[in-house]
Amino acid sequence: MYLASVERPAAGRTDRTKRLAGTVLALGTVSLITDVSSEMVSAILPLYLVAGLGLGPAVYGLIDGLYTGATALLRLVGGYVADRARRRKAVAGIGYGLSAAMKFGLLAAGTSVPWLSAAIVADRAGKGLRTAPRDALITLSTPAADLGRAFGVHRAMDTAGAFAGPLVALAVLAASGQAYDAVFVVSGCVALIGVLVLVLFVSDHRGPRPPANPVSLTAAAALLRRRPVRMLLLGAALLGLSTIGDGFVYLLLQRRESLATGWFPLLAVGTSLTYLILAVPFGTLADRIGRAPVVLGGYAALLAVYLLLGSGWGGPVTVVLVLFLYGGYYAATDGVLMALAGPLLPAELRTTGLGLIQTGQAVAYLVSSVLFGLAWQRWDAAGAIHAFALLALLTLPLSAILLRRARG
Amino acid sequence: MADRRRLLLAVLSSLVLLGGAAAYVVAAGRRGDAPAAAASAVDAGPGDRVLFRSTAAAGYGTVGTVARGSEAGVRKLSGLDCDRVYAAAGRGICLRPDGPLATYQLAVLDSSLRVKDTYPLVGVPNRARVSPSGNVVAWTVFVTGDSYNGGRFSTRAGMINLATGETVDSLELLSISLDGRPYRAADANFWGVTFVDDQHFYATMSTGGKRYLVAGDVAARSVRTLAANVECPSLSPDRTRLAVKEAIGGDPAKGWRLTVLDLASMRRTALAETRSVDDQAAWYDASTVMYAIRRGARGSDVWAVPADGGGAPRLLIPDAESPAALWN
Repeated sequence: MYLASVERPAAGRTDRTKRLAGTVLALGTVSLITDVSSEMVSAILPLYLVAGLGLGPAVYGLIDGLYTGATALLRLVGGYVADRARRRKAVAGIGYGLSAAMKFGLLAAGTSVPWLSAAIVADRAGKGLRTAPRDALITLSTPAADLGRAFGVHRAMDTAGAFAGPLVALAVLAASGQAYDAVFVVSGCVALIGVLVLVLFVSDHRGPRPPANPVSLTAAAALLRRRPVRMLLLGAALLGLSTIGDGFVYLLLQRRESLATGWFPLLAVGTSLTYLILAVPFGTLADRIGRAPVVLGGYAALLAVYLLLGSGWGGPVTVVLVLFLYGGYYAATDGVLMALAGPLLPAELRTTGLGLIQTGQAVAYLVSSVLFGLAWQRWDAAGAIHAFALLALLTLPLSAILLRRARG
Repeated sequence: MADRRRLLLAVLSSLVLLGGAAAYVVAAGRRGDAPAAAASAVDAGPGDRVLFRSTAAAGYGTVGTVARGSEAGVRKLSGLDCDRVYAAAGRGICLRPDGPLATYQLAVLDSSLRVKDTYPLVGVPNRARVSPSGNVVAWTVFVTGDSYNGGRFSTRAGMINLATGETVDSLELLSISLDGRPYRAADANFWGVTFVDDQHFYATMSTGGKRYLVAGDVAARSVRTLAANVECPSLSPDRTRLAVKEAIGGDPAKGWRLTVLDLASMRRTALAETRSVDDQAAWYDASTVMYAIRRGARGSDVWAVPADGGGAPRLLIPDAESPAALWN
């Protein structure tokens, strides 16, 4: 892969590193491989639990619910431990390794619901542990001016893996005569290759050892006393509060357009494809015009999605437009927010800080999805989306002020 | 470590891992082939047979029949693979994968298990039923994209009247009355339909964390709740009782007790089966209920138990699930 081809030469920037740090490419590769592995399992897990194991709705709901909310706090813990031990790669490695092992764990769990649940929780815990150290490694190995593009490349590679996963699962099912266990074994082996790439090709960022370890709980708590960090955390949480989640967006789109249910899975594909295509250009754009405007632009795209969903317009053009804007929202916010946060955080507490911001967003999102569910029950779908469009309209300028203060 | 040696190590280890994975896939594929059972013509028309889905190693997943009275004896297997199957009055329904991944279809079968028509389904097949006349087929699938509650699953049940072409894409579209009052909720989920006739049915509705038995009327496009905490009804051949599963202590996490509900008195009788039954039961005859009990990841057996609460469960068809008595 020649990343020079995605580089946008800009006047006055010729002195900057033209190549992305090897660490970023290596981490992108790890994410790509890991996402192939995890999406393989996600694609067949409902099928395995219900058709394969014959679990009824309630038990399936119980297990499925474990997917959400199991990781938010672990991100903070993982981040702090990684900073404290100055071992971000090791913590990320444990996270990747745990998820890889749990692919085999699902196999070993057989039909035992408690063991299946345990394996799924451990898998999610692995994801929670690895996210902040991985993002910290990206920020620490990239010059501050190129962070947007670095995250863009990483997220694009990540999404490419997520695309390939279900296709690989499909191939394995076809080749093995619908054997779910074969999917778990292949997924586990693929995940191990990801861990291997991490171990062999990702270099940890150590920097000179300070005389005394500056990382303590007090220092971590003191992050919140830094005005830029506080402002960014508040801004990110506020923005998170106005998001409603993929399921709702697709459901609203499907209901309004009365799409045949067969099209439902394609909605997510449309979004991911846009994300994949736009992640690098938006990251690069963020490096040039500023990250806060791009993040806010992303949330403006989300607001436009709400307005379109709440409007009376219909037809295929609206569907395509909504998916394009929604994918653009992801491309402009997911990685770019981390690129925005990185330079605001002291290097030695980078992981903790990124974990903090991710947790803040995740908690805000949990709250907003509950609120949206309640709004839906109270006012029906149209009322709920109007309420959230209004909410986004209020939070967007507030967040803009907060993000500006974070910079200044 | 030098870069080249590192790369070599990565490539070699990856090859070993991928080789191991490929070997497992091939072995898994063989495992399925080896005990291939000869497919034969299977009569799914009305008669003294039980239709089922085989979970034996030979012919795993295929639809077959056994003779009434010697259910554990010789089985006839077709070449048709289904996840769920049911038949009545010479009309069958088969829920099966449509292509290898995440899409499914409902296949309408004739009395020789030939596919007459297919309809796409989104979601994992869970329940299948045919009305006594053979005219209306109903299905339930799990849908994961349909999240009103933060990414959790929901179910969607629908029905098609093959005689009139009338469809109910999702029972959620019917008007609901809960305890006699009109009710609207985004989280109403339906599953486990059983037919009275082509217009009337019973099913399960869940909303607000509770599960209800509902009676539905297709012509009136309405459902009304009859009782709480009973799921997956199956109407007896004489139409006086429903075999249901009742969550123990009202909590499905504790398992389900197979129960018969008398429609005239609404009295519930717990059956002699004490294992948790997570299946939509079917009636073997007017006094016996049959149901699948899971055994491992792929295995399943069909058991039978008296419908009056007495007696004891007995193994009816080993290595089978999705039973349908074709004489009912």
